[in-house]
Amino acid sequence: MEFSRRDTFALGLGAAALAFLPMRAYASATDDLIAEFTGGADMAETGITLTAPEIAENGNTVPISVAAPGAVSILILASGNPTPPVATFNFGPLAAAQEASTRIRLAGTQDVIAVAKMADGTFARATSIVKVTIGGCGG
Amino acid sequence: MASGVKPRVKVPKTASAGDAITIKTLISHKMESGQRKDKEGNPIPRSIINRFTCDFNGQNVLDVTMEPAISTNPYFQFQALVPEAGDFVFTWYDDDGEVYDAKKSVKMA
Repeated sequence: MEFSRRDTFALGLGAAALAFLPMRAYASATDDLIAEFTGGADMAETGITLTAPEIAENGNTVPISVAAPGAVSILILASGNPTPPVATFNFGPLAAAQEASTRIRLAGTQDVIAVAKMADGTFARATSIVKVTIGGCGG
Repeated sequence: MASGVKPRVKVPKTASAGDAITIKTLISHKMESGQRKDKEGNPIPRSIINRFTCDFNGQNVLDVTMEPAISTNPYFQFQALVPEAGDFVFTWYDDDGEVYDAKKSVKMA
């Protein structure tokens, strides 16, 4: 079978689309989860702080901390994990500050996203990119 | 995983009324994500702690929904208000239905 120029071009396109597909599948899953959490509301870029290391050597335990004064709950997502949800923090009446630290697993270099729901019903979002040397999802 | 699960909690023994205190919690648990495979290539079933709560005298401080992306031996650090003397109750809920808890008392300084 001989490939014409047109065939080759089409093949290339197909391969490119295939290569991008998994990434896009993850990204849209993340967007869906955010939309579910916010109900499609706009998100401010301020009012929430997500602290994560720039480079994590071991994706199995990446320390992160999140703070959003006045938040009732904070959703943490890892956009590049096989399952993007990480945790949801709901703060009760006796929480002195709306902040928490924990350790999470990251499959590879990716964006970690935190979305806070404020007491007045508004939302804020923070993103932090973490470079992961060894992924944390096993093989 | 029902064996070898040991909660550890660090709470100051005394506080003044209205103080904000830092609480650290750790529980030993494998947190099997359900993504890993064993030597034969069969997926290892998910087994994690899916919820953690902290209450003080019946009032909620923090309620965390956990997903498989939380690391082995889940660790949390957070701030709590202490309006009076009383007990902190920490509860972890396992996928297998098991519930682990820990209790810490705080006295007024």
